This record gives sequence, C-alpha cells and structure tokens, in this order.
Amino acid sequence: MAKITLNNLAHSYVDNPESDEDWALKEMTLEWEDGGAYALLGPSGCGKTTLLNIISGLLKPSTGSILFDQQDVTELTPEQRNIAQVFQFPVVYDTMTVYDNLAFPLKNRNLDQATINQRVSEVAQMLELESVLNKKAAGLTADGKQKISLGRGLVRSDVNVIMFDEPLTVIDPKLKWLLRSKLKELHRRFNFTMIYVTHDQTEALTFADKIVVMEQGKVLQVGTSQELFEQPQHTFVGHFIGSPGMNRIEVTAKDDGFYAGNTRLPINKSSTPYNHAKSLSIGVRPEHVYFSDQGLDVKINKCEDIGRYKLANIQFDDTELKLLASSEQALPESSGRVNFDPKFTHLYVDGWRDNEWAILE
Amino acid sequence: MKSPRWLVPTLYIIFLMLPIYWLINMSFKTTNEILGTFTLWPQEFTLENYRKIFTDPTWYNGYINSILYVVMNTVISVSVALPAAYAFSRYKFMGDKHLFFWLLTNRMAPPAVFALPFFQFYSAVGLFDTHIAVALAHCLFNIPLAVWILEGFMSGVPKELDETAYIDGYSFWRFFVRIFIPTITAGIGVAAFFCFMFSWVELLLAKTLTSVAAKPIAATMTRTASTSGYELGLLAAAGTLTIIPGAFVIYFVRNYIAKGFALGRV
Amino acid sequence: MINRTHNEKAWLLVLPVVILVAFNAVIPLMTVVNYSFQETFGNNQFFWEGVKWYEQVLNSERFHQALGRQIFFTATILIIEIPLGIAIALCMPKKGIGVSICLVLMALPLLIPWNVVGAMWNIFALPDIGLLGRMINGLGIDYNFTQQPIAAWLTVVLMDVWHWTSLVVLLCYAGLCAIPDAYYQAARIDGANRWQIFRFIQLPKLKRVLIIAVLLRFMDSFMIYTEPFVLTGGGPGNTTTFLSIDLAKIALGQFDLGPAAAMSLIYFIMILLFCWVFYTLMMRDESEQ
Repeated sequence: MAKITLNNLAHSYVDNPESDEDWALKEMTLEWEDGGAYALLGPSGCGKTTLLNIISGLLKPSTGSILFDQQDVTELTPEQRNIAQVFQFPVVYDTMTVYDNLAFPLKNRNLDQATINQRVSEVAQMLELESVLNKKAAGLTADGKQKISLGRGLVRSDVNVIMFDEPLTVIDPKLKWLLRSKLKELHRRFNFTMIYVTHDQTEALTFADKIVVMEQGKVLQVGTSQELFEQPQHTFVGHFIGSPGMNRIEVTAKDDGFYAGNTRLPINKSSTPYNHAKSLSIGVRPEHVYFSDQGLDVKINKCEDIGRYKLANIQFDDTELKLLASSEQALPESSGRVNFDPKFTHLYVDGWRDNEWAILE
Repeated sequence: MKSPRWLVPTLYIIFLMLPIYWLINMSFKTTNEILGTFTLWPQEFTLENYRKIFTDPTWYNGYINSILYVVMNTVISVSVALPAAYAFSRYKFMGDKHLFFWLLTNRMAPPAVFALPFFQFYSAVGLFDTHIAVALAHCLFNIPLAVWILEGFMSGVPKELDETAYIDGYSFWRFFVRIFIPTITAGIGVAAFFCFMFSWVELLLAKTLTSVAAKPIAATMTRTASTSGYELGLLAAAGTLTIIPGAFVIYFVRNYIAKGFALGRV
Repeated sequence: MINRTHNEKAWLLVLPVVILVAFNAVIPLMTVVNYSFQETFGNNQFFWEGVKWYEQVLNSERFHQALGRQIFFTATILIIEIPLGIAIALCMPKKGIGVSICLVLMALPLLIPWNVVGAMWNIFALPDIGLLGRMINGLGIDYNFTQQPIAAWLTVVLMDVWHWTSLVVLLCYAGLCAIPDAYYQAARIDGANRWQIFRFIQLPKLKRVLIIAVLLRFMDSFMIYTEPFVLTGGGPGNTTTFLSIDLAKIALGQFDLGPAAAMSLIYFIMILLFCWVFYTLMMRDESEQ
C-alpha cells in the first residue's frame, strides 16, 4: 500500500504534440492518499483509462513522473510496480482452473506452495468461489469470471493499489449491486488504495470516498460527493454530477448586478470586477431554485412528478431553467417568481468557479 | 529484442517472393537467354513474350474465358448463398444441421473424384465447353464456403435489427435487400473474395469441362508447355499475368481478410 | 449466439443452394456409385459386378502405396505448416503500413492458379535454369528433382509450404487480432513471461482458427493434384504420385471406370471420416470445459 503522487504528468499519443488537442492528458499534479477509495469519473474519451494505464505502468507518460510513496516508479514495468488491475470485461485464463487462475500471479512471483494454497483459499472464500475452485475458468458466468479477475488482484497482499476499469460493464444489473458492495467490504477490510474508473456517477458516488472528475484530459475537481454537489469547481462538474445537472446562465456583469440578456438576476453579491472575463456564468442547481413571492418573473413550461420530487421547466426571456421542488409543495400554474439560494449560487469565470466571490455576502 | 521479431515475416516474404521473382524475371528474357545462360536478371530485356500474348487470340481469349466464368461463379455463389446463410443464422427448420453439414462435405470432395462424371453429365445436358458449365461446376465447393462465411457474419448482426424492420412494416425481401445486405457488405466482400480465389485457382474441373470456346488461361498454358516445346519465356509471361487479377483483388479486400478468416462457425 | 426461431418456411431460402449443389454433387456422385458396381466394355454396356472393384482397390498394392505416400505427405506438411504459420503470425506487426504489406504479399501465393504454381516451381527448381536448383547445386549438393526421388519429394513439400503456409498465417493472425489488449495487460500485471502468454492466452484463443486451419490443410493436401502433377508428373517413378494423381491416371488415363469409381468413393469417405473424427474430438474437448 502506498501513497501515489503524480508530478506534472502529461501524456500524448502523438509523437510531437503541438496543439492542445494532441494531449490525451493535460499536465496535472495530483496526490492519492494511502488507503483511499477513489473514483475516476468522466465521460467516455476524457482520458480516464489513459491515466489509469499510466499509473499501472502499461503506458509510459510523455512527461512528468509517478511516485509510489517516495519512490519514483515512472520507469518500472507493471509487474515491478506491484499493482493489480481489473478490466472492463473479465480477463481469465480459459484453460486453467479457477484455482490456477488465482494462483498464477503468486506462482510467477515464486512463492512457496503452502503460502499459495493458503492465500488462494482465503481469497476464494471471500469471493465465494470455493465451490468452483477445481472447474475450468472458461465455464463460469460473466460475474464469476469478473470475481476471478478481482481475486487475482486480491491474492497479492502486498499490492500498492488495485485499479478498476469500469469493471461492472458486462455484469447483470442485479449482480452489479452485489459485487459493488463486495468491493466496499473488501476495501474496509484490507484498506487497499483503490482507484475505480467509471462514467456512471451513481457507481462513483456509492463506491468512493473521493471522486476525481475529468474532462478532455484535464482533472477538474477532486472531492467528496458532497463537495462535488454543493461546490462544483467547474461548470462541467456541475452539469455532469447531479440529475438533472446544474443550471448554467450566461451573464454580463453590470454595476447593479448580473444580467442575463436584459433581465437582472436575483443575486445581490458584487458584480463589478468582472469586466475582463471572456465568459461569465451563474450556476445554480435545480434543487436550489425555489418559488417565492418576489424575485425573477418566470413562465412555467412543463411540470413533471418524478417520485419524491417535482421537476419544473421554467423560462424567462430565452433562458430555460430547471427547478426541483418536493412533491408535497404546490407549484404555481403557468407563471411565478423564483429566487436562487445564495449559499449555493456560484459564479463561473471562463468555466471555473470564483471561490472568492462565493464567500462574499 | 525488437529486430528479430520483424525478421521472421521479412524472411518468410522473401521466401515467398523468390519463385515469383524468378517467374517475372523469365518473362522478360528471350528463349535463347533462358536456355543459354544463367542470369539473375534479364540481359536482353524483351517485351516480346507479352506482345505475343496480347496479340494472339488463343492466349488472350484464355484470360477472358477465365475471368468470365470466375465472375459468373462468384455472382451465382454469393447470390444464392445470401438467403441460405440468412436462413441458417436466423431460423431452425427440419434437418438444418444435417443440411449444413452436407453442404460442407462438398467442400471435402476431391475434384478428381468428380471430374469424369462432370464431363459426362455436362456433355449430356449440352453445356460442355461453355462458361456457365465451369461456373456451375465450381459452385460445388464455392457455395458451401460462401454459406459458411456469410453465416458467420450474419450471426454477428443482432436479431433486433430484423425485428425492428418488420415492426416498421418492411416486407421480408425489402428488408433483406435494403437493410440487411448493406449491413453485411464486409461479409459479402470476404465471401466474394474467397469464391473468386477458389474459382480462379482451380484447374482440374475447368480443364475437363472445356475444349476450345471456354478454355481457361491456365489450361492454355499447360498445352503450350507440352506441345510447342520449351517456350519458357512465353509460359512465364502468361503465368505472371495470372498473378495480377489475384493481387488486385487482395489489395481491395486486404482490410477484410483478417476479419473474414476469424468468423464463420466451426 | 443468436436465438433462432423455428420456421419451416426457411427451407424456401435454402432451396436454391440445395438445388444447385445437389445438381453438382448428387448426380455425379450417383454416377460414381453406379460405375463402382459395374463393368463396362464401352458402347454403354454395363454389367453388374457387385463389390468386386472395392475388393480389388482395397487389396491392391498400388492403392496402398499411394495412400501411404499421401498420408506421409499430408502429415509432413501439417507438421511444418501449422507451427510455422503460428510463429510467423506471432511475429507480424499489429498496426501500421506493415500490416497491409504483409497481408497482401503473403496472400499472393494463394491466388495463383495451381498449375501456374507448379509451372513456376518447375522453372524455379530446375537444376540448369532455376534459381533454387542452381543455388543448391552451387552449395555442392547434387540436386535434380526430375531424376532423384528424394529431391522430388522434398521439392513438392517445399512447394506446398510455399503455397499454403500463408493460409495458416492469415487464419492465426486473424485469431490473434481478435484477442483484446486487456489479456496482455493482465498478463503483464500478473508477471507472466513470453512463453506463458503464448501458452495460456494466445494458444487457447487460437484454438478455433487452428481447427479450421488443420481441417482445410488436411482436406486440400489430401486432394492435392495439379501442383505436383505439373511439377513432377507424379515421378520420378511413383515418388510423388498421391491419391488424386493415381486416381486421375486410372480414370482418365486408363479409362478403368469401375476401379476408379470405387477408389473415388473410398477416398472421399476417408476424408469425411477423418474430418468428422477430428472435429468431434476437438469439440468434445470444448464441451468438457
């Protein structure tokens, strides 16, 4: 187990990267604490898998370095780094038995037979694979095979980190939930550092203590699920996390407040120092928009009941917003007034949250 | 570590190219040079052999004949194999497994076994020495192969595609021609490639079923070798020209070859 | 695998294929069966002979020898071509311009008419004008495939390796390309060496294509006719007279229809039987897993 540090890391699949787009991973410096359960979350093609493969050593980064604790491992092979990885679909050695599959990484590291036996049976018991130990791995179901892939990581007690690359993609929805809770349980028991790559926010939020949100090769925010929800550091994070995502309103700053088109928004915080920003927007989650007696005049386009909540589509001028209200609450019919909760209303300058502004009152 | 790896395919390709080079080399030599001296490349470079082939009708007709029956065979094989492969990949019906196996057994039939009965049979129905006779005879091994390859490709297309189309009101044939066939063009390409290949390289049946009017180029060559003594340069030039259509076809399907081989159920 | 629905109307779709193949296979096969039980003295007069021809063929020294040569030849080329094909496929580049070049050049021998292959090897291996013949004699080895039985046999084997190894290479290459990267990555993480990667990942995944390769190479080499016929004419002596060449000599050369027909059927049944046994064995192994 180890703390993982990424120092000025960047990667490009092109030989001589020139433009920004050539970089699959833009320069980043990041620390993963020892024993943490991390989720790496982002849309397809955002560089998650690239980052994962760099940490595991399957890819060598174009620039920068990777440290496990204090040791620089940038030049080491995956085997030397002592990591484990579970792939998107089950990887098993078809012709071997389940037992041999689990024992394979240990045999390759020349452990003695007694230790191997003991470790394999321990892991088999944990993953409920004891009954099939002597069967050929090829005959198992997808989730059984995925357990083997996981088991091959777990048998090595000394792994620095276990990485999961969307490991539940091919698993039945019912079993997904089971395997995920198994993973949490294993994490609690062994305190491995775990990195879990996914594009599914529910999976990320339920599995991880800390979530790393990525987009277009950049790390946008690292935080707990609460932080991501309440203080998205980037408009993308606000939009990607939460369902529906955060409302984003393009604004201009004038002396007396923020304007969307010609309409002044119901925000009282200072608006003056932002004349030079390229783009300026206000972000507020649908949960934090509410109907009140005074405030912004809006038209109600549509209102849906989605279980515990009501979701309203509202509009002023050309700007559409979403609003969530508890299902008990009576909503106005066709028009009304709304306000934004000032605590959870954020200002984004060129996409990034202005943290100074947030604490102004 | 790196260099020995590409050395293996390189050496293998050199081994493959040597006889072909020798053939091409010969085709540019005069008969005197071939028989008189041993030279690694033509000393008196000549196009005479090629000129003869392109001006003498017995030679160039051989090419036209070969290409005609090969194309006919490819078209017939693929077009009847398409619906059959669809049936095998989508439906269960009485005797389907036996039928499939029986089709494949025809791929295992030695042409030498069938040569004589074919000759008698096609003579009896008055098709002897026609292009269509050779094209039909080659169906014996090409149809099973085409059905096999296409079935493999079709099994990779989800059945939901068919169901959606029927729900949208497509009739079977309209769906088959407008939607299904375009989705498996790669498979059709591969099947056509193999039909072309096996029909092009086969000689025993083609020779048995023709005498003059539909005589394939390869048979013309055999006769030249035996009757007019040692016209090796001419023979080499004709041989070189038979490689060209094949090379052309491979170049076009090169990206599908690997895929085509991997599919098809065993 | 697709879940197939029951539908007898599917027969209509298969019908054209059945008619065409039956037209080509059943009628000639009936003719052969018919001949195999009869004696003819020309003039379309036939006399029932029962199983006489079968007994004659099965007891003939000539058939035994041709069969022996055939089995030895097929076994030899399988032993050479299958491992060689796997080895070359393993070393082939996975991407880039090299792939296209390799595929096109390697597939080339497969698309040369078989008698051209024979003719090409003839002029390539002739001791006086052929490059190969000259080279071998230049090394101080006395080589002349038109005279020496062993040289002739080796030349036919070499020609077959030249002609058909590419088929095995292409099949294996296709099989290798179908293995997802994750398998190799997992193996690296598990600390597997090159041999283990081959033994536990590549070979098991190649099993399906290897079955196809062995079956195709078995069938085609068992039926080989044109190439050795053009190269050596079955000689010198009978060294390279394989089953098909012998059969053609009897049927078209001597016009002994009865024995030729009986031999054809025995021959055909042997191929079917071998393929069936091989296939069943491989598949039973599969279902045990």
